[in-house]
Amino acid sequence: MARRAGALIAAGLAALTLGPVAVVLAQAGRGGVGTADLAALRFTVTQAALSALASTACAVPLARALARRRFAGRRLMITALGAPFLLPVIVAVLGLLAVFGRAGLVNGGLRLLGLAPVSIFGLGGVVLAHIFLNMPLATRMLLQGWQAIPAERLRLAASLDFRPTDFWRHIEAPMLRDVLPGVLLAVFAICLTSFAVVLIVGGGPAATTVELAIYQAIRFEFDLPRAATLALMQVGTCGLAVALASFFTTPGGFGAGLDRQADLPAPGGWRQLIDFGAIGLAATFLALPIGAVVLRGVPGLASLPAGVWPGLLTSLLVALCTAPLAVSAALVLALARAHGARWLEPVAMLPMAGSQLVLGTGLFLLVFPFVAPPDMAVPVTILVTAVMALPFAYRILLPEARVLVADYGTLAESLGLCGWAALRLLILPRLRRPLGFALGLTAALAVGDLGVVALFAAEHGATLPLVISRLMAAYRMEAAAAASLLLVIAAFGVFWICDRWGRAGAEL
Amino acid sequence: MKSLKFAAGLAFVATSVAAETPVLNVLTYDSFVSEWGPGPAIETGFEAECSCDLRFIPAGDGAALLARVQLEGARTDADVVLGLDTNLTAAARETGLFAPHGQAPELDLPVAFEDANFVPYDWGWFAFVHNRTLDAPKNFRDLAGSDLKIVIQDPRSSTPGLGLLMWVKAAYGDEAAQVWKDLADNIVTVTPGWSEAYGMFLEGEADMVLSYTTSPAYHLISEQDDSKTAAVFDEGNYMQVEVMGKLAASDQPELADRFMAYMLSDAAQAVLPTTNWMYPAHVPAEGLPKGFETLVQPTKSLLLGADEAEALRAPALEEWRAALAR
Repeated sequence: MARRAGALIAAGLAALTLGPVAVVLAQAGRGGVGTADLAALRFTVTQAALSALASTACAVPLARALARRRFAGRRLMITALGAPFLLPVIVAVLGLLAVFGRAGLVNGGLRLLGLAPVSIFGLGGVVLAHIFLNMPLATRMLLQGWQAIPAERLRLAASLDFRPTDFWRHIEAPMLRDVLPGVLLAVFAICLTSFAVVLIVGGGPAATTVELAIYQAIRFEFDLPRAATLALMQVGTCGLAVALASFFTTPGGFGAGLDRQADLPAPGGWRQLIDFGAIGLAATFLALPIGAVVLRGVPGLASLPAGVWPGLLTSLLVALCTAPLAVSAALVLALARAHGARWLEPVAMLPMAGSQLVLGTGLFLLVFPFVAPPDMAVPVTILVTAVMALPFAYRILLPEARVLVADYGTLAESLGLCGWAALRLLILPRLRRPLGFALGLTAALAVGDLGVVALFAAEHGATLPLVISRLMAAYRMEAAAAASLLLVIAAFGVFWICDRWGRAGAEL
Repeated sequence: MKSLKFAAGLAFVATSVAAETPVLNVLTYDSFVSEWGPGPAIETGFEAECSCDLRFIPAGDGAALLARVQLEGARTDADVVLGLDTNLTAAARETGLFAPHGQAPELDLPVAFEDANFVPYDWGWFAFVHNRTLDAPKNFRDLAGSDLKIVIQDPRSSTPGLGLLMWVKAAYGDEAAQVWKDLADNIVTVTPGWSEAYGMFLEGEADMVLSYTTSPAYHLISEQDDSKTAAVFDEGNYMQVEVMGKLAASDQPELADRFMAYMLSDAAQAVLPTTNWMYPAHVPAEGLPKGFETLVQPTKSLLLGADEAEALRAPALEEWRAALAR
């Protein structure tokens, strides 16, 4: 049942992601890719791989520290980890520049000390920016892994007098081998299609990504087959990464627990020092740019232009429709995958590597002969955002869906528990925490997404990100900063509500 | 019952009137349509005299506009496309989708302008905008020799970026590649669009940003801030001429003509300087808004012809990429 529904959704998803690419590919044009494109592909993969490794490497000690330490403000910090990921690109970049830029805090400090300034621009800056944007997400996903270790194993470890190294070898390492490849994959896929951040912080054409080549192909050359070919290269790369990740994923095999509460062992001494060091460093690294975003936005808040409010409403409406759509589809896929449908894995990850511009263009070509694109603005936005957000939700749900099927699958089958009853009695209660997180994340992504909206935009009814880009184009940078702060508050608000629902009753 | 029939009759008359109101669709870039752009005032002004419904269809920025026209092809609902610049008009004409405008507009451009398909509605000089306190360079070589930092836009995704590419090419021809090589260490970064670059400049990330000589007018008029100015380069400043054209497939060709004529009327031209922050193609009777007289005036204006710009684009882009991709 779950597998059949999964197959159905996967088919729809594949059609939605590959259909538009096929349509774009079928248009007239020269097509073909050149050496510059191969260089772009090489750079894209390099920066994405480095970013994924660095983000995850930073996330592991942070997630571990957050999992086993208790301190005031811990809940707040875990919630706030959602924030960087939700920032509109240019807002995040300006926040980072306020800290690491020429006129930023770091260089101000260096100048005071009489030292030469450092430049953020270049490959190092790209990786730094991607760490800022993705390390928190990676941390949250890893934290779920630590959280999912059954209390019974912790007690067993305690009664066996595990030292920290034993605990690492028998409990944490196997858990990470289960969770880490997926986290790496998610960050890699995000960075693969990241384009504005890479170009701005990358410092010039040496930092050309495949997505930028796609822009050029569509907008200046109008060579649609070329754009589609480039998009397929991107998808192919992601496909390889999916294969690699699933090769390295080995189930943790902890077995079922009884949901007792137990704290992870929190060794003292230098380990405690390192844990709090990691927490302090991460908090500073993440809080400074976000603080800068808030500071830039506050002065304009009192005089926000009227056009911002309908924009906010439209964005919230989109989020309200997108999140349940994406998460329910992702849940079905994750359960089907957990039941053994391995082939679902690449399909569920497809949209993450898809080019937004090609997807939008393809949908435009599909829709245009029948209806005026501006009339379809909101439905298309909802659909595309849901498709784009689905892989995130899937990644978040999958590890615990696997555990659910491994621990309760047989029991549920022997009881004939299926359909709504299974959803109500088994799935919702067991997966509540990742479901809340996934709902929050997709809703927040939908609030902040500019994506394909631009192609389908109507004269009225712009979403908030579009209003912000219009404000910036009209020189109103202060108003744009304030509207961005509003966007962050809104995105973070919906994230917080959903995440809180998910965590209610669960110690995290 | 009688009144019901009357109401029904009235409703019928009302709907038939609505059905007869012709609709003119104008495809344009997003910032033209926004409440801070010229769109709303133009719409009110034109609708007051055309007894029609003017609808703007926003389509990203200038470069996206041309792609949109090509995507829609002859099936398009649009009657007029507004917002291409002369670096894109050759490619636009090439599509065969545009009709000759047949107008003889009275223009106040610093260079002669002739195009059978496209009519300018506003224009500006590209220039590096900086704080008044900065001792600005006099030309690209000066700039390359200084340790000033600039932010520019990517010619592959932005029209000002493409304008800069043409500027260097128009000023230096075969030496353009060397100029770009020398400029490489001055370029802090290349942004996808104008907004990111301008925002970064305002945040102090660079000494100068590629924008327009008219940009300081925004700060002066809207923010009473006269701290910004633009650099005049002695090899000349390249122009951006923004044009509109009528689509051959339009079902409202006469209305389209009237709209294009209206765009050049005093009423419409007076709106552009303080919404689009560009010079009007035809200076209205009341002159330019107060504050524009403070702007720097380049002594030499550069502008490549549409065909020349189209022919130079690919090689110039390759030169640019090779010089900066260290």
